[in-house]
Amino acid sequence: MTHPVISIDGVTVRYGDVAAIEGFTLDVEDGSLMALVGPSGCGKTTALRAIAGFEEPAEGTIAIRGQVVSGESRLIAPEHRNVGMVFQEYALFPHISVAENVGYGVRGSGRVRRVEDVLTLVGLDNHRDRFPHELSGGEQQRVALARALAPEPDVVLLDEPFSNLDAPQRERMRRELRKILKTARVTAILVTHDQAEALAIADVIAVMREGHIRQVGAPDDVYAAPVSPWVAKFLGDAVLLDGTVSAGSVATVLGSVPTPLPDGAHARVMIRPEWIMPTTADGGSGLVVDREFYGHDQRVEIELVKGEIIEALVPTRHAVHVGDRVDIELADSIVYEV
Amino acid sequence: MNDQSSIVELGAVAGTPVAAPDRVRAPSRKAPVRKAPWWLWTAALAILAPVSIAIVALFLRAFGASSAVFDTLLTTRTLQLTGRSFLLTAFVTASAVIVGVAGAWILTRTDLRFKAVWGVAFALPLVIPSYVIAMTLISSGGPRGLFAELIGLPLPHVTGLVGAWITLTLSTYPYVFLITSAAMHRTDPSLEEAARSLGSTPTRVFRTIVVPQLRPAIGASALLVSLYTLSDFGSVSLMRLDVFTRAIYAQYSGRIDRTPAIVLSIVLMLIAGVIIWGEQRTRGEGAYFSQKPTRPPSVYRLSATKRLGAIVFLVGAVGLGAALPILVLVGWSWQSVSAAEGFFVSWAAVRGSMTGATLAAILAMAAAIPIVVLGVRYTSRRTVWLERSAFFVFSLPHLTIAIAVVAFTVKYARPVYQSLLVLVVVYAAIFLAQVTGPARASLLAVNPALEEASRSLGKGAFSTLMSVTVPMISKGLLAGGALVFVTTLKELPATLLLSPTGFTTLAVRIWAAADEALYARAASSALILIAVSALPVYYLSIKPKGVADR
Repeated sequence: MTHPVISIDGVTVRYGDVAAIEGFTLDVEDGSLMALVGPSGCGKTTALRAIAGFEEPAEGTIAIRGQVVSGESRLIAPEHRNVGMVFQEYALFPHISVAENVGYGVRGSGRVRRVEDVLTLVGLDNHRDRFPHELSGGEQQRVALARALAPEPDVVLLDEPFSNLDAPQRERMRRELRKILKTARVTAILVTHDQAEALAIADVIAVMREGHIRQVGAPDDVYAAPVSPWVAKFLGDAVLLDGTVSAGSVATVLGSVPTPLPDGAHARVMIRPEWIMPTTADGGSGLVVDREFYGHDQRVEIELVKGEIIEALVPTRHAVHVGDRVDIELADSIVYEV
Repeated sequence: MNDQSSIVELGAVAGTPVAAPDRVRAPSRKAPVRKAPWWLWTAALAILAPVSIAIVALFLRAFGASSAVFDTLLTTRTLQLTGRSFLLTAFVTASAVIVGVAGAWILTRTDLRFKAVWGVAFALPLVIPSYVIAMTLISSGGPRGLFAELIGLPLPHVTGLVGAWITLTLSTYPYVFLITSAAMHRTDPSLEEAARSLGSTPTRVFRTIVVPQLRPAIGASALLVSLYTLSDFGSVSLMRLDVFTRAIYAQYSGRIDRTPAIVLSIVLMLIAGVIIWGEQRTRGEGAYFSQKPTRPPSVYRLSATKRLGAIVFLVGAVGLGAALPILVLVGWSWQSVSAAEGFFVSWAAVRGSMTGATLAAILAMAAAIPIVVLGVRYTSRRTVWLERSAFFVFSLPHLTIAIAVVAFTVKYARPVYQSLLVLVVVYAAIFLAQVTGPARASLLAVNPALEEASRSLGKGAFSTLMSVTVPMISKGLLAGGALVFVTTLKELPATLLLSPTGFTTLAVRIWAAADEALYARAASSALILIAVSALPVYYLSIKPKGVADR
């Protein structure tokens, strides 16, 4: 049985009259990698800083390993929380070497050894005497990570860790970061506005919007079963079709979709492009009007009878060409009441 | 969140004169190699050259009279003066840095309330001349002091080294505070947050992260404070502390032979030179690759005891440096008014102060224009030297510059000896660097393409300068001009030596009255002086808020 390392309950942080996060509730399991994802300005960085102790919540409690660090008229100082933080701009101390940066938070006799171990873990053992400005962006990030890991924190918080890297570096660092965190067996919370990044790296994602958490779950589950059309759209491409429920199903341009909603309810059907499966058929209901070929798959634009155009993502082994007539089958769909 | 922007700007202005000389960079876009118009060089040299020549002539003359020089130099008295001056400079620099940096940290990094108000109050001793602070400390203590007379409570009498130390600490810590708090606003607070999240207490964060980041700013302000202390004349003479400046003045006014005063002046200038050289040598290591702050710093929550400590500290500094002087001045004035002696105001002195300060400010602004244009638009080794010499003249003790100018005019320019012209030229030369600093920063922000556009539209170089360049750097010029106005109002030693017959200023009146313990007489002049100089300081500290609104 796993316990939450971090337990946040009903936390509200206000800047003046504006609540940056409100009633924020979240548990993070031991050893898991959680991604807090949402559009910019949704309060995700505020939530991170509240955990680290840099923001003072107006309401709610934050507990780390069962000990309340914020709330119940207590506010433990950041230096007593045992929380590691990797800052967006890394915040490496510019006046001391890599090894001194990494060893900054480590006390006691094992210091030199610990610095050596962590630097090896992040693959920078031969950069110990360099200074931060002599390192590349990716190397700086690894030093920042090593520095946060060195004091063996209960949790590591990462604020937009990849935002300062270029695209190819970003993908490489993403994989590497996950490996390092898993090797260190450390619980981590990562903040990002990039939904692809969150889906790719995290064990659990928490989708935020306007100061509230909208959905928490494994990336596959949240992607496949978003709780609202907004979450669906935020996490990936989605075709949204409106209709009215009649006799246990919604009639859409792509056919009727079954739903438990009562008759007469207004419904919105969400379909991921890869759930749309066109098959070529003479006299089919759709006409392929455009096609973009990616190699592993292809994006196909299909014009329906009434003139609507929808997009489908189709594996390349299905041969589809512009001008083909197609029949459409749906692999899956989700119906929301609106 | 620009509640402190005013302080930051003022700090930038106050800090520029010492911080700028080695930051002479090439313009971002490579300037075409052009020859500067001759009239630009002429205008640039008009103020600076005469004063520089007088200083060089002083050195030549002293070393020409070789044997007499060494007789004066190699006495135990010179050694004593040197030792005392060094001691005072070291003490004042150390305590001003501690007070200023502590204030900057409290007012930028803690959750103390009303920080903006505190910030203005903490910088307030800046508007009170050091000799006025000295006078209030002297006149309020002792068995016959103001406190003894008013409330029957004799405070200890402060004079000598301790008195000068306290006085100069109070009048210089605001410079340290303004410069370092401006630097703290520029450093990335996430460094400090990173250190705290790694388990460091605020004390350790301050020691291992904040101080190393601030080293360039602390170095610059320590230089400013030590040069200020070395050149201060008014407060040490009132405190009866025999350091270089007091000895030079005594030699100058008491003897017909001016050689001893000249020789001591040269030694004092050399000491100042050594200090400047030493600071330049140790600088540079501190040039870190600091990132721009991305968000306001998270505040350190003070416990009740620490909050009380911080408030006591701030109240103590502001109280001794600003509130007490003003109260004491009001007290003395009140006493003389109620004793039917009247409110002593010399309109001649008010007129003299206003005339001198206004002319000095205008002249300094006019002289700064060609200097910064040459330095930024026609950068060459010669223009770098031009700018540096302005900073060097600014750094030398005013008393020694005045001695040099007196010696020079007596010998080579008799007709202008002790004329208003010489006085305001010296004022402008001494304080020129206070204008070139902000004006240079303004000009660096002006795209040279604007001037090129004006030229291509048929305007000549001079016309372009007046119609495009000067209006665009007017903000920096005016800020510097206001600073020159205030510092000229407070200026004492050069005024004492160079005033034309019949010309007097508030500063001279205050000092002369206080020197003879006529405190009531000094107090009313001092109140007027503070009131007059408060206006430009108010302008300097309020204006940047309008700038931030753009």
